[in-house]
Amino acid sequence: MSDSLETHEHDVVVIGAGGAGLRAAIEALAQGASVGVICKSLLGKAHTVMAEGGIAAAMANVDAADDWRTHFRDTMRGGKFLNNWRMAQLHAQESPERVRELEQWGAIFDRTEDGRILQRAFGGHTFKRLCHVGDRTGLEMIRTLQDRGVQMGFDVYMECTVVRLLKDGERVAGALAYWREQGRFVLFRSKAIVLATGGIGKVYRVTSNSWEYTGDGMAAAYEAGAELMDMEFVQFHPTGMVWPPGVQGILVTEAVRGEGGVLRNRLGERFMEKYDAKKMELSTRDVVARAIYTEVREGRGTEHGGAFLDISQKPAEYVKRKLPSMYHQFKELADVDITKEPMEVGPTCHYMMGGIRVEAETAQSSLPGLFAAGEAAAGLHGANRLGGNSLSDLLVFGRRAGLAAGQYAKTAAPPRLAAGDVEAAQREALAPFGRSNGENPYTLHRDLQVTMQDLVGIFRVREDLEKALGELEKMKERWKGISVEGSRLFNPGWHLALELKSMLTVSEAVARAAMMRQESRGAHSRIDFPNTEAAWGRKNIIVKREGSAIALREEPVAEMPEELKKILAEEK
Amino acid sequence: MPDATLRIFRGDANGGATADYRVPVGPGMVVLDALHYIQGHGAADLAVRWNCKAGKCGSCSAEVNGKPRLTCKTRMDSLPLEEPITVVPLKAFPVIKDLVTDVSWNYKVNRKIPPFQPRPGVEWKYSQEDADRVQEFRKCIECFLCQDVCHVLREHRLHEQFGGPRFFVRVAGLEMHPLDGADRTALLKDELRISLCNITKCCTEVCPEEIRITDNAIIPLKERVVDRYYDPLVRIARAIFGSGKG
Repeated sequence: MSDSLETHEHDVVVIGAGGAGLRAAIEALAQGASVGVICKSLLGKAHTVMAEGGIAAAMANVDAADDWRTHFRDTMRGGKFLNNWRMAQLHAQESPERVRELEQWGAIFDRTEDGRILQRAFGGHTFKRLCHVGDRTGLEMIRTLQDRGVQMGFDVYMECTVVRLLKDGERVAGALAYWREQGRFVLFRSKAIVLATGGIGKVYRVTSNSWEYTGDGMAAAYEAGAELMDMEFVQFHPTGMVWPPGVQGILVTEAVRGEGGVLRNRLGERFMEKYDAKKMELSTRDVVARAIYTEVREGRGTEHGGAFLDISQKPAEYVKRKLPSMYHQFKELADVDITKEPMEVGPTCHYMMGGIRVEAETAQSSLPGLFAAGEAAAGLHGANRLGGNSLSDLLVFGRRAGLAAGQYAKTAAPPRLAAGDVEAAQREALAPFGRSNGENPYTLHRDLQVTMQDLVGIFRVREDLEKALGELEKMKERWKGISVEGSRLFNPGWHLALELKSMLTVSEAVARAAMMRQESRGAHSRIDFPNTEAAWGRKNIIVKREGSAIALREEPVAEMPEELKKILAEEK
Repeated sequence: MPDATLRIFRGDANGGATADYRVPVGPGMVVLDALHYIQGHGAADLAVRWNCKAGKCGSCSAEVNGKPRLTCKTRMDSLPLEEPITVVPLKAFPVIKDLVTDVSWNYKVNRKIPPFQPRPGVEWKYSQEDADRVQEFRKCIECFLCQDVCHVLREHRLHEQFGGPRFFVRVAGLEMHPLDGADRTALLKDELRISLCNITKCCTEVCPEEIRITDNAIIPLKERVVDRYYDPLVRIARAIFGSGKG
C-alpha cells in the first residue's frame, strides 16, 4: 500500500499555516532547513485572519512607562499565576522585536501622531499596548507572514489534513495526511514536526472559531504519546453576537471596549460596576464573560439573551475608522448600525489556554522531534489569556519552535517509518466508507457541541461533568459506527467524520481535567468549588495516554526566580 | 418564514447538473447557513469551501442567482424566495467539485510579485494618512470575486497572460507603501499585462471589502506604466540620465 503512496521529505514539516505555523516555517527556513507547510485550508485563510484587536507588545510608543516587566506582570495576573513563568517572561521580552520585524516585512500598522506604531488599550493590560490595524490585525499579520514565507521558498501543501503522526522509535518523524480535494493519502517524512494547529472551539455550540478548530494537533500529539496540559481552561470571550441565530457566536472584538464601548443590561445598568469596579469593561475576559452570563441568568438579559454593548456615544466617523469590520458585520448580518444603536452580545467559546505541553525555550513537546506553538501549545496563558497576547504568542513561540526544529533537524538522523503504522492509519481513515446506514457525522457533531456547551461550559459542577463524561463514552461508541456517503473527492461529511475523533479526544481531556480541578480559577469556574485555592495554584494538570485510556496527574508549577517574584509583587 | 429552494450545481471536472434542495428559512439566515443545513440533512458530501463565516477569510465565494458573492454575507431575505435560488461555482476557475473551484492559479501569480523592499536607511516612521492609502489595499481578503467578474479572465480566459484585479491591488499596496523601494512597473507592463484591463469597474462593484480597485489601484498603476514607457519626455530623460523609480 505504501509503495505507491505519494511521499514528501523535509527537514521540518509545519502543520498549520496560521500565525504560529508561518512564523515557525520562516525561522526554520532561515536555519537552512527544507520546510513543508501543511494546512487544512487554502493558504491565508487560517483562523489568524479573524484576530481583530491587536498584538500585545510593550513598545511604549503611546504609554512611555510600559516595559516588559509590566507586560509580564499583567500576563501572569491575567493567567492567575498558573502560567509557565519562563514563557511569560520570554513573551513579554521578545514581543516588541517580533512586531518590528513584521513592520520590516511590510505590515502596515496604524500610526501615532509622530508616525510610529499606534497602540490601544485592552482588557487586563496596564498600558496602551496593542499594536493594531483597525480591527483586522490578524489579516495584516497573516498576509505579511504568508508573503515572506512564499518569497523565502517553503513548500505549501494546501487543503491537506493530517490524520496521524508517525514515529521512529520514540521520536516523531512523519505524518500521514490526505488531500481534501482528491481524498488521496500523502505521506510526509520529516526530521522534525511543528504543530501549529490552533484550538478546539468547534467542540462547543456557540463559538467564534472556524470549522478548522477541531483539536487535530492536540489529539494527534496525544495519540503519539505527548503530554497535554491545562486542558480545563477554555476561554469564553465575553462578546460574541447573539442574534440572529445564524451568526450566534461570531466575535465582537474586545477593541470595541478598548475604544470606549460600554456594557449595560436590559435595565440600563452598567453592571460591570458590580463585578470589577476598578477595570469595568476592560476587566479580564473570564470576569466579563461570567458577568454577562450572570446578568442573563438572573433575568436582566436582553431580548435574545445577551447584554448591550454600546459604542454609539463616539463620533460615527471614528467608529467606522477604528472598527470597520464591526460596523459592516452588524450592518450586514444583524441590521444594526453600531454608530447609532447598541449591539447585543454574549459569551462565545473563543480560545484554548491548554494544549500540548512544551518546554519554554524550544517549544519542544515531551516527545523528541515534536514541537508545538500558538494555541495548540499550553503554558503561556495559564488559566486565562489576555486579549492581544495570542498574536504575540504566535510570533514569539512560532519563531522559537521554528528555530529549535531547524536546529534539531541539523543533527537528527533520517527518519525510518514503519509501513504497518501507515497502513493502519489509512484503514482507520477509510473505515466510514465501508459502513452503510451508520450515523451521519453532522448529527454526532451537533450532539457533542450541545453536551460540551451545556455541561462543560462557563460554569461547571460535578453532576454536569459526570453526565458529560457518560455522554462522551457513548459518543465514542457512536463514532465507531459513523458512515459517510459519496466518493473521496472533496467530501465534507468524510472530513468531519475524521475530525470528530480529534474532537472527542480533546473534549474528554477538557471534561476530565475540569472534574479534577476542584477550585475556580480564571476561565475554570466550578459552582461546587467557587473559591480559588492556593494549593491548586501550584499545580498543573497533565493529560497523557496510557494504552487506550486517558490518564491525568498533577504536577507542581516550576518555582519562579526571586527577581521575577519581585516584579509580580510591585503594584501598578 | 417560508421554505426556500436552493438549486445547486452538483458535479466535478467531468461535468454535472443542478439539484434542488428545500431549506427552512430563519431570521437573519445567510446562503452559507442554507448550504450547511443541506449538508446536515441529506447531502453530507456537498462540497463547499468556507472558514470563518464572518466575512473575514474570503473562502465561501460562489455565484448566487448569477452574481458572485460571499455566501456568508448573502442574506436569504435579500433574495426572492418564491423562485429557486441558484448557487453555482465561480466561473473563472475550473470546478473541482460542486461549489469548490481550483484557485491555485492565483497563488502562482502572487509568486511573481517582488515583496516589500524597504529603501536603504529608512526611518520606520510615516503618517496615518500615508498608511490609509495602503491599508485600503491591504483589506483584501482574497475571495477572488474580482477575478471571477473580470472580463479578461472570465470571458477571454487569458489567465496565462494577465494578473487580474486582485494582484493589481496587491501590487498597489506594495508600490504605494511609504517606505518601499522596489520597482514593479516592468512586471505590471510585461507579465501582469495591466493594459489588458479596460476599466469597466466590474471588479470594484463586487468587492466585499469595498476597495476602490479600479480608481485607487488600477488607474494609478496604469499611469505609472504609461509615464515610464510611453511618455516621450520621460523616455528622452531616461535615455540621458538613466532609469530611476517611476
